[in-house]
Amino acid sequence: MTALLEVRDLHAWYGESHVLHGVNMHVNKGETVCILGRNGMGKTTTLRSIMGIVRKREGRITLGGQDLMAMALHRTARAGIGYVPEERGIFATLTVEENLMLPPQIASGGMTVDEIYRLFPNLEERRRSPGTKLSGGEQQMLAMARILRTGATTLLLDEPTEGLAPVIIDAIGEVLRELRKRGMTVVLVEQNFRFAAKVADRFYVMDHGQMSHEFPVGELAARMDMLHETLGV
Amino acid sequence: MANNTQAAPAASAEAQRSRSGVILVVIGLALLILAPFFLYPVFLMKLLCFGLFAAAFNLLLGYTGLLSFGHAAFFGGAAYFTAHAAKVWGWSPELAILLGVAGAVVLGLIMGAIAIRRQGIYFAMITLALSQMFFFFCLQAPFTHGEDGIQSVPRGSLFGFINLNDTMNMYFFVAAVFALGLFCIWRIVNSPFGMILKAIRENEQRAISLGYSVANYKLAAFVMSAAFTGLAGGVKALVMQFATLTDVQWQMSGEVILMTLLGGIGTMAGPIVGAGVIIALQNFLATSNIPVTVITGLVFMICVLLFRRGLVGELADSKLGRMIGLR
Amino acid sequence: MTMVFGVPIQALMGQLLVGLINGSFYALLSLGLAVIFGLLRVINFAHGAQYMLGAFVALLALNWFGLNYWFALILAPLVVGLFGALIERSMLSRLYKLDHLYGLLFTFGLALTLEGLFRWQFGASGQPYAPPAALTGGMNLGFMFLPIYRGWVIVFSLVVCIAVWALIEKTQLGAKLRAATENPTLVQSFGINVPMLLTLTYALGAGLAGLAGVLAAPIYQVSPLMGTNLIIVVFAVVVVGGMGSIMGAIVTGYLLGVAEGLTKVFYPEASNIVIFVIMAIVLILRPAGLFGKEA
Repeated sequence: MTALLEVRDLHAWYGESHVLHGVNMHVNKGETVCILGRNGMGKTTTLRSIMGIVRKREGRITLGGQDLMAMALHRTARAGIGYVPEERGIFATLTVEENLMLPPQIASGGMTVDEIYRLFPNLEERRRSPGTKLSGGEQQMLAMARILRTGATTLLLDEPTEGLAPVIIDAIGEVLRELRKRGMTVVLVEQNFRFAAKVADRFYVMDHGQMSHEFPVGELAARMDMLHETLGV
Repeated sequence: MANNTQAAPAASAEAQRSRSGVILVVIGLALLILAPFFLYPVFLMKLLCFGLFAAAFNLLLGYTGLLSFGHAAFFGGAAYFTAHAAKVWGWSPELAILLGVAGAVVLGLIMGAIAIRRQGIYFAMITLALSQMFFFFCLQAPFTHGEDGIQSVPRGSLFGFINLNDTMNMYFFVAAVFALGLFCIWRIVNSPFGMILKAIRENEQRAISLGYSVANYKLAAFVMSAAFTGLAGGVKALVMQFATLTDVQWQMSGEVILMTLLGGIGTMAGPIVGAGVIIALQNFLATSNIPVTVITGLVFMICVLLFRRGLVGELADSKLGRMIGLR
Repeated sequence: MTMVFGVPIQALMGQLLVGLINGSFYALLSLGLAVIFGLLRVINFAHGAQYMLGAFVALLALNWFGLNYWFALILAPLVVGLFGALIERSMLSRLYKLDHLYGLLFTFGLALTLEGLFRWQFGASGQPYAPPAALTGGMNLGFMFLPIYRGWVIVFSLVVCIAVWALIEKTQLGAKLRAATENPTLVQSFGINVPMLLTLTYALGAGLAGLAGVLAAPIYQVSPLMGTNLIIVVFAVVVVGGMGSIMGAIVTGYLLGVAEGLTKVFYPEASNIVIFVIMAIVLILRPAGLFGKEA
């Protein structure tokens, strides 16, 4: 089985500071992969480099055989990939519906607006209010929903559960399982590995700009000691 | 130990810099004294006035980071005040010039107090609008004689006994004012006050959090810049023996920005070099039928796109510049 | 004769009309500046030159090709907008990563060059441009005489202002523009071509200035310097309104035009400077401007 998303020896810089030191990872089609790691280890930078938001980078990134390194930022999404940033990136001057309709459709097979409103009924109720008037959980739902509409088949999700109440976290977990059923490929960055354990197939542990460990979800229990040590939890 | 090996080359580079600084100043003074024997003195005097004007402007843009688009008000305003005092009231040249400086300071206080309430591009637009307001005032006020301006301004006698109608006397007076003005600006830039201005330029928020009342420092820098600009404007009125609307128009504010940008923002020598190039260019173009603004506009665009460090900045960064220790 | 505050009502109404006309131009031009500034963070100093360019396109289209006012009304915004797009693509776009002051300085240089070139080619004096036949003549409103062309300018510019406001606040393209104003990188990562959006925005702003130029041609004379002094007044309008809101720019434009007209009635000596005085007062009382949000 060949990987859908492949990252080889990826280095990245913010200005002068060298953040990623040779990241290697792969994600198979339809798989949900979770990157664990403490703050400042390079998890977000990895997603932003794959997406092309961090431009100062070296190495190889391919998605379904297409070279993402050579693409302008606005072309990357058209390769079939969508990004939900940690800060969610909901626009204050746009209504909920405008936020939802903002990303252009890049492929067929995305969710229709009706499907999205069925999955996230809160968003339909509040579709005329400004995006940032939503609660944190609703903003997270909106940030995910607007990518699902585009037809992207690979989703990069940065800490979707951060700062949210347990019942909302459960709802997000439900959405992720639903996405997996539909064949979506997901790269999830998380600190909360109890949540990740319920949705991910495979894990990477990130440490000082590199992937230090890789294991399937079945080995999670056996790896607890290592995780407690590296994650400091 | 490690510290010492690091410090030694730094100290010697510092010594090298100050040595070449002294050499450059000596060369500059020699040029200042010898130039009138080779070049047309009125051209030189005009150049010195604009050099001082640009250096005063650079005190604000280069060392405080504020882009004023309204310095014509101080330059042209001081020219009017000096010209009026010398011609109508018969004041001696030094007092007439002092009145010009005082007028520029008052204008600077008023414009500065209003403009520093906003930052960046807004600051530029506000100073532009306020100086345009002053332009309309000058257009309508009777003492400026509207479109005619104040003509045949007498140069008079400096301190009552040096006849400034003698071109060489006038030249050396202007050269002395120029040298003194530059020396003062240099002292201000390298004083503790100047350091705080640079800190504000680099990071205004940090300067505020360190407890400096940034607004007062900005206003002080604005008024000082206005004062030296007034000095240049007052002297220019005596050199050219007229004061007209040209000097208060916004194009004049643009010209001084161009001189500073072309020579090198934030360098001591840059504005003077820039003034020299622009004044020479204007003299050269005066005989052709191409409007000067086409050329100045193009130079502006090229500088912004390609040479943002200006002539002196680029030179200092080149091999030659490093060799003679400019950097 | 009817008097209001000791002034004949005809004179009052006449100056109010002049104020509304000037206000129409202030609104159109400050609207374009606000649209450009919102996304590009550039103060377009060349806005006055682009307004002049629009008027010249109208004049030259008539003199060289016999194309009338109505063609010019469509042609000039396109020509000036295209010119703006070329400038943005080739030069202005290189400056976005630098201090915003460089954008101001660059467009200042552009304005000087354009105005110098036109003065060189066409001389400094103004040339008349006749209003179209359908809009000549006037209407007697009972209390005053309204030249039809002036009424047309007021109505048409109001329609254009509202259309641009609706484009930005109510359409999907406008939503893209607003989102890109907030976070261009994220918008681009969605697959939206933000550099193209920037070019289009500059072209839209420049095109609006060109349109204002055509509208102005029959009222003021067409001359290379017609935009120079106007743009400084418009800067003051923009400072008063604050550039945070599109509607703010429009409303402030009309308000200050009327304020200027009224000053001509009651204290003509100050009519040149009243907008600058208002700007100074607003800055003292409310530094962010009437509609501004930022500190």
